[in-house]
Amino acid sequence: MWIPPSDEARDLLGLVEEIAEGELTPETAAAHEARGEFPREIVRTLGRAGLLGLPYPAALGGADQPYEVYLRVLERLAYRWLTVAEAVSVHTLSAYPAAVFGDDTVQKLVPDLIGGERLGAYCLSEPAGGSDAAALATRADRDDSGYVLNGTKAWITHAGSADFYTVFARTGGPGRDGISCLLLDATTPGLTPQPRERLMGLHAGAPAQVVLEDAHVPADRLIGAEGQGFHIAMSALDAGRLGIAACAVGLAQAALDYAVAYARERTQFGSRIVDFQGIGFMLADAATGIAASRALLYSAARLRDAGLPFRIEAAQAKLFATDTAMRVTTDAVQVLGGAGYVTDHPVERWFREAKLLQIVEGTNQIQRLVIARSLAK
Amino acid sequence: MNIVVLVKQVPDSGAERSLRADDNTVDRGAASNVINEMDEYAIEEALKITEAHGGEVTVLTMGPAGASDSIRKALSMGPAKAVHIVDDALRGSCAVSTSKVIAAALGGLNADIILCGSESTDGRVQVLPHMLAERLGVAALTGARKLTVDGSTLTIERQTDEGYEVVTASTPAVVSVWDTINEPRYPSFKGIMAAKKKPVDTKSLADLGVDASEVGFAGATSTVLDHAQRPPRSAGQKVVDEGDGGVKLVEYLATEKFV
Ligand SMILES: Cc1cc2nc3c(=O)[nH]c(=O)nc-3n(C[C@H](O)[C@H](O)[C@H](O)COP(=O)(O)OP(=O)(O)OC[C@H]3O[C@@H](n4cnc5c(N)ncnc54)[C@H](O)[C@@H]3O)c2cc1C
Ligand SMILES: Cc1cc2nc3c(=O)[nH]c(=O)nc-3n(C[C@H](O)[C@H](O)[C@H](O)COP(=O)(O)OP(=O)(O)OC[C@H]3O[C@@H](n4cnc5c(N)ncnc54)[C@H](O)[C@@H]3O)c2cc1C
Repeated sequence: MWIPPSDEARDLLGLVEEIAEGELTPETAAAHEARGEFPREIVRTLGRAGLLGLPYPAALGGADQPYEVYLRVLERLAYRWLTVAEAVSVHTLSAYPAAVFGDDTVQKLVPDLIGGERLGAYCLSEPAGGSDAAALATRADRDDSGYVLNGTKAWITHAGSADFYTVFARTGGPGRDGISCLLLDATTPGLTPQPRERLMGLHAGAPAQVVLEDAHVPADRLIGAEGQGFHIAMSALDAGRLGIAACAVGLAQAALDYAVAYARERTQFGSRIVDFQGIGFMLADAATGIAASRALLYSAARLRDAGLPFRIEAAQAKLFATDTAMRVTTDAVQVLGGAGYVTDHPVERWFREAKLLQIVEGTNQIQRLVIARSLAK
Repeated sequence: MNIVVLVKQVPDSGAERSLRADDNTVDRGAASNVINEMDEYAIEEALKITEAHGGEVTVLTMGPAGASDSIRKALSMGPAKAVHIVDDALRGSCAVSTSKVIAAALGGLNADIILCGSESTDGRVQVLPHMLAERLGVAALTGARKLTVDGSTLTIERQTDEGYEVVTASTPAVVSVWDTINEPRYPSFKGIMAAKKKPVDTKSLADLGVDASEVGFAGATSTVLDHAQRPPRSAGQKVVDEGDGGVKLVEYLATEKFV
């Protein structure tokens, strides 16, 4: 259960359900995933409905919604189709540095970035390193009018579809203090998205490398100060991790609902399989795990909405919710038996998709690292 | 371009619907009420025209107080304001008197184009656009699958069973549309918020100068006398394939005039 904190939030969630009902049907999701086709038009429809800038201030063209409400929207989208929820989450993350750390010049661009027609990409990871982001190698060297970028970014969601790229690159020496954040247009010469990766799941939302070869960006596209990039990246990820946790909760809930419906229908040994304790307890654990994930997620969100520190709580929510989603989707396959293993039912796809959530925006080992470090301090 | 879109609230055609046992009118209490689907296409068309040519869109609804939900919903898509005709005496109105009331309201609105659906999903009489055009003395461009506006010239492609006809008229005119004309937008979150503050002008019969005796059950030119539930679906016909299944299927299709 989630109680909308305002009438506005209730209306927003009503709109999300209306659009989900019309656009994010199981058939549409399955077909796009089978073809590996990114649903750009559907994301545009969400954008036109105002769903691509929910947590940002109205002055920047956002919807001024608390994180709690934004995350509930993500949860409901992920319940229907993870690729679309991920797209909204990654887009929102991509706009975060400009919206939160940008100076006046950069912030003037934000209404366009989050206005619904445009899509963003967040470029932190590199082939040589994802977890150790402070070691990134892509360079941004000063020239007369700005910066020249060289290097390769890896695993970039929306590479090729994005209209803007929020890129972290090294403007100074080694370590975290040498990193800066820059806003690049997709049309920047020298910015070249590569063929998309062939993934285990989330085929429609597959990322790609982005090669930067003498890509020039004007000086006023620097977000924050030189050397502030790592701090910006981590701040963005704190918020982003809540997004991944919300996606995990939605995905797990979808798997649970599907498994429950199946278990009520399917009979073996003359009885509904849901009435076998072995199945019933598995479903009970799933329901409990999801409820606990949701509690962690929204309590972390409310800390953030209250302006309080939430880094550890976000890491805990991401860790717990994504591990729970992995377990719930695994068990959902089990509940369906052979039917769980065939593509006629969506649970095998959800199982493959859940794995991703334990890896992105900081692997779950990195989440544990963040939590453990706070305890060791 | 000033455009008035007629928006009727109807019971959701996707859900269970019924007529009331006592007076054979639509049971609105039991149903989840929505905007008549075809009217969403009319709203979309109106918005597209004003986006391209300027002007303002007004929603006009005749219906009970609860129809205000549908009016807000319509406004959340983008129209600027609405007129809501509410009067207890309107219950049981026939199409003729409905058109009288709506025409009276349109009289004060100065519309260049009156857009509406080709039919409602509850009454389905499909006559309102024609009746309104007649009462207002303007052209009726009905059953459009396409509408082009060129100055004061309106051209539609009227959808027919065989294809389409091209019909032209000058404004003011009533244009009714089919669901082939466009793809209605979803409201936006900002649109939903803005709709809460948009003006809705409520009009009674007295405001419109229509006498209560001319409408409702009292003034109805036709009355629904009785109704019955649709009989439950009968079991289908089973074809057992004993080597001649194909032939039997074709024979069945032939008796139903499908082939
Ligand atoms: C589909 C997909 C989409 C993605 N989208 C984006 C995107 O849009 N933008 C972006 O920047 N990145 C994106 N990523 C990258 C993702 O964030 C990284 O894959 C992730 O951070 C892990 O980095 P890595 O793959 O280099 O693994 P590595 O860092 O090489 O990790 C390998 C293993 O070592 C473990 N490990 C590493 N360090 C430690 C430690 N200190 N202690 C314990 N264990 C450790 C990890 O947990 C992992 O199990 C995406 C990845 C995928 C698969
Ligand atoms: C089962 C049933 C049978 C009926 N049979 C008859 C009958 O035989 N003869 C008769 O005269 N009446 C009949 N009526 C009443 C008639 O449906 C109503 O008077 C209705 O308000 C107008 O007709 P419609 O909705 O069918 O119009 P249509 O002509 O089918 O509707 C076309 C468009 O007109 C607009 N419109 C219609 N009504 C309104 C409204 N109230 N407010 C705003 N816009 C509107 C909408 O844009 C709609 O898409 C019947 C009603 C029912 C429920």
